[in-house]
Amino acid sequence: MEKSLLFVDSLKVHYPIYSPFLRQVVDVVKAVDGVSFKVPAGKTVGLVGESGSGKTTIGRSIVKLAPLTEGRIHYRGEDIGSLSTSQFFPYRKKIQMIFQDPFNSLNPRMTVYQAVAEPLDIHFKSWNGKQKRERVAELLKRVGLEADHMERYPHEFSGGQRQRIGIARALAVEPEFIICDEPVSALDVSVQAQIVNLLQDLQDELGLTYLFIAHDLAVVEHISDEVLVMTGGKIVEQAKAEAIYENPQNDYTKKLLAAVPKF
Amino acid sequence: MSLLQVDDLKISFHSRERETVAVKGASFTVEKGRTLAVVGESGSGKSVTALSLTRLLPGPPVCRVSGKIMFDGQDVLAMEQARLRQLRGKDIAYIFQEPSSSLNPVFTVGYQIAEAVKLHFPEESDVRGRVVKALDQVGIRDPEKRYGAYPHEMSGGMQQRVMIAMALACQPKILVADEPTTALDVTIQKQIMDLLRKIRQRSSMSIILITHNFALLPDFADEVLVMFRGDIVERGETEKVLREPQHPYTKALIACIPRLGVRQKRLTTIDHATLA
Repeated sequence: MEKSLLFVDSLKVHYPIYSPFLRQVVDVVKAVDGVSFKVPAGKTVGLVGESGSGKTTIGRSIVKLAPLTEGRIHYRGEDIGSLSTSQFFPYRKKIQMIFQDPFNSLNPRMTVYQAVAEPLDIHFKSWNGKQKRERVAELLKRVGLEADHMERYPHEFSGGQRQRIGIARALAVEPEFIICDEPVSALDVSVQAQIVNLLQDLQDELGLTYLFIAHDLAVVEHISDEVLVMTGGKIVEQAKAEAIYENPQNDYTKKLLAAVPKF
Repeated sequence: MSLLQVDDLKISFHSRERETVAVKGASFTVEKGRTLAVVGESGSGKSVTALSLTRLLPGPPVCRVSGKIMFDGQDVLAMEQARLRQLRGKDIAYIFQEPSSSLNPVFTVGYQIAEAVKLHFPEESDVRGRVVKALDQVGIRDPEKRYGAYPHEMSGGMQQRVMIAMALACQPKILVADEPTTALDVTIQKQIMDLLRKIRQRSSMSIILITHNFALLPDFADEVLVMFRGDIVERGETEKVLREPQHPYTKALIACIPRLGVRQKRLTTIDHATLA
């Protein structure tokens, strides 16, 4: 087997719908229905599809935020899909997530320092206050913010700056693998470009691996080495980023390509 | 005479600590049946400009608006409240970025559209029929049935169609679309832009499209204004501005959009320091 960091094998996430009276399962929503793919170390795999296609659910089930119905998830050869919550704990340090909406993903009552240092309190328990402050200052500078932004609250920042805070928080525990769930969809095109560049710089510098989830093929094609196209809980096309654009095979991929505004 | 004429529009916000000038003297016109696009990043003043057209901004001492806004020969800044209520919705209608927060979650969509129709057409006898027709126009299937649907029963794209139906039900002369597709997927974005295009063909409505994305403009907007920190830095025919942008900010704004099939090592970003 090729050396891959993450290997997802026929993953299924099904949500049962119960009838209101008899607690009987009347139907099943197949959010993810038999999906397999690999993410090689140090590379970026893009996952595209419309809302409702199941792409976010895949990201969430890797970090146990969504239940896994069937299938296996291997991380560095280890089957992490079957681990219990406490067994999974060390992997939370290695796998981090960046969310779509920087307005909702930061607690409005926590300062930037508190937000970025919170993962350190969990995974670096032995650190003292001074060490944590130094680390947070370093992280903020790394993502293009100032060290003295630490005592401010999220509402004092623009959308792009908040997304940088979210990235700093994900980087705090020195992860290997980051799941980026629509990290630029809520941002202006000009800010989107800055965040995409930042993610690429961080990858070059720290050797990170990304699963990049988005609905915009133009962004995904730019950042990814390989692209997976999803619809209705299934992967319908899987190819190198250039090939997806030059020679799309699936009708749904063609539809997604046609939806990107051209000028 | 232009349908809408804005002269030297200045908008400023005041707080105890400071004064923020959001728009520093903007002048533009909107002709009947034409589409004007206002492009700029967040904070450039494009949305407050749109809101000021029907005086939707808070009044003094918080916010001051000066200059001249003439709609169909009438001075908007001098209008009585009663006339303003007619202007809003019947003459100039809006659709906003986030359809889920523009709709009231506890009323059916039909009820909410009917509310606007009843306000502006009190003599209308078949309100329901008019609402159903509006829903049908925006491509909602089975409009009779969807009349009674609640916003949460619809997807984001469908909710935005409802907002457009609400705006169109009163047959406005100008439709202001403030980032109508920013919260939507690219596939839905295409559907909504196609719908607006179709509606414009059918009626002689003017559209003001507010966006941060230049990619939406080709074969949609006739004319474009580029706003940067409260100033209009460039204006002209859409095709011409896209082909030969003059101002460095316009160039940067066009360059930062990732293009399919063009492999770039890095995306171009806007260097605000050099633009100042």
